[in-house]
Amino acid sequence: MWRYIGRKLFVYLLTFVIAVTINWMIPRFMPGDPVRSMLSRASVGNPEALQRMNDYYTGVFGFDTPLHEQYLAFWGGLLRGDLGVSVMLYPQPVLDIILRSVPYTLALLLPAIILSWIVGNRIGAFAARKKLLDNTVLPVGYVLTAMPYMWLALLLAWSLGIVAGVLPTSGGYSPTLRPEFSWLFISSLITHWILPFLSMFIVALGGWAIGMRNMIIYELEADYSNYLQALGAPSRLIRRYAFRNAMLPQITGLAVQLGTVLSGALLTEIVFNYPGLGTLILQALNNRDFFVLQGTFLFVVVGVLIANFIIDIVYVLVDPRTRVQMTGGAA
Amino acid sequence: MTLRVNDLKVYYQTLRGDVHALDGVTFDLADGEIMGLAGESGCGKTTLGKSLIRLDTRMRHVGGTIELDGKDVPIADDKAMVPLRYHEISLIPQYAMSALNPTRKIGRMINELLRARGVRPVDIADELRRRLELVGLDPDVLNRFPIELSGGMKQRVVMVMSTLLNPSLLIADEVTSALDVSTQRAVAESLVEFRDREYVKSMVFVTHDISLVYQMADTIMVMYAGHIVEKASASTIVNAPRHPYTQMLISALPEVGTTTDQGRLEGIPGTPPGLLNPPTGCRFKDRCPLAFSKCSERPPLVEIEPGHWAACWKTG
Repeated sequence: MWRYIGRKLFVYLLTFVIAVTINWMIPRFMPGDPVRSMLSRASVGNPEALQRMNDYYTGVFGFDTPLHEQYLAFWGGLLRGDLGVSVMLYPQPVLDIILRSVPYTLALLLPAIILSWIVGNRIGAFAARKKLLDNTVLPVGYVLTAMPYMWLALLLAWSLGIVAGVLPTSGGYSPTLRPEFSWLFISSLITHWILPFLSMFIVALGGWAIGMRNMIIYELEADYSNYLQALGAPSRLIRRYAFRNAMLPQITGLAVQLGTVLSGALLTEIVFNYPGLGTLILQALNNRDFFVLQGTFLFVVVGVLIANFIIDIVYVLVDPRTRVQMTGGAA
Repeated sequence: MTLRVNDLKVYYQTLRGDVHALDGVTFDLADGEIMGLAGESGCGKTTLGKSLIRLDTRMRHVGGTIELDGKDVPIADDKAMVPLRYHEISLIPQYAMSALNPTRKIGRMINELLRARGVRPVDIADELRRRLELVGLDPDVLNRFPIELSGGMKQRVVMVMSTLLNPSLLIADEVTSALDVSTQRAVAESLVEFRDREYVKSMVFVTHDISLVYQMADTIMVMYAGHIVEKASASTIVNAPRHPYTQMLISALPEVGTTTDQGRLEGIPGTPPGLLNPPTGCRFKDRCPLAFSKCSERPPLVEIEPGHWAACWKTG
């Protein structure tokens, strides 16, 4: 068991290093000069002053050193928890900016992923029972899962937000409020959360339901199901076994889907102008803010890696077959 | 009589029409009898085995009756069959290797099944351990997952599990097909032992391995294309078969001590008829060297000598 976890940890560490390296490379090889674009907004007319400011900022951000030194300095800073200083919100540290956004993204992602997975699995398992249910759940599921995140987000924003006018369509909380621990603020948080959450939840739901329905039907045809039926076991017992066994591929599916779900979350955030990482990425891109972009990607990478690692562990716990392979079961 | 099957007809429903897999099957099975059910692939032997316990969704009961210990077995009524299953009629499936839920410990799966069938697992726990030891398994297998057992071990677990409630009739469907020869023998011997200890009253042993069934079975019933061809004691079927099909089937088997010098083994020329539109009359007539005009009528299964039944105009 520990050897398995050790091996997995090593693989994840390797992935992390590669991801960080790529992450560091991408913004640096993007066209455009961030310092120049920042200065152009300041609209300094005097070329000499412009040159001096350019030199100053280049020094501040460390762009004057050779690339490999920048790379090493980046790792050094990373290990100290220093992700640099933002260009667009100078002189705020990148870490602070990101930590402000992370709770919003997590509050959106975690419930959307987990709830859609649980509810989708339930619906799928239920659909596998009856022909009538199956004939409704399946097409609806296909339609939902084929929907692009931002399209459903727009549709929801338009119908519930603008036409019905029941829910706010933009921001993380009402612009008239300041973050504080009060009932008013929290209720504003919740109403702003519902629409982005719903759009992610609904899209993910369909895929899980279809997957579960197919798996359950497959499991109900499996040999052990037939055997139990021949021995007169009630369908409740057989379905319970089938559900549990059908769950295993769904857990793997969750691990595979995490990346997609995440990008869906980023798009959804942008549509709803929700102050999470997605919106932050968009702003950073528009302002050519390397450091924020880099830091956000880093958080995304770390998040996906952690989630995958957790799923690896969960899989071992629920499937005796992987467990046995690791502990070397007796023949 | 334990089991009495009378003119049983079970068809498979397909898009192209009914496949007449069991077309009027009549036989009796006595208390304590182990009957080997032999025949080529597709002759209906597995269908017959299934028909005695549970029809799958494609199978349709067309006619005939089954009686077990004097009571009617309502095979067409899936719900009414439930009380009989496991308690009275049990099954060791063809796929015993994969018959156990892979994500449940074996002991827990057995307990859950017992509880679902209205038996308290504690009442039977000691008996379960005794029987596992009888087939040569450590009762510790109950704490293991199926993946931790070898194929032969799983087979024996399923054997014990299926017979735990002392059913009146046990259907063993090709239970030895996937095992190596030494394990086959052990499994066959355990099944005889189960009968001798009265864990099961009588047994239908579906197989295509006539040499194995000859060693363990009391009687052998040979099927061909959905019909019963011949039924007699094991030694009669092997040593003095009367039906031409049985004769050719037995002569196609190698004998210990013979060599190829004494002539090549002959197969039976031709293939069995399709059962979608089966031929009328005797279904073996196209491959039968003795066939004559009368064979276009279906020969009845008649008792040609005590305990020896055959369906052929030439044996009558």
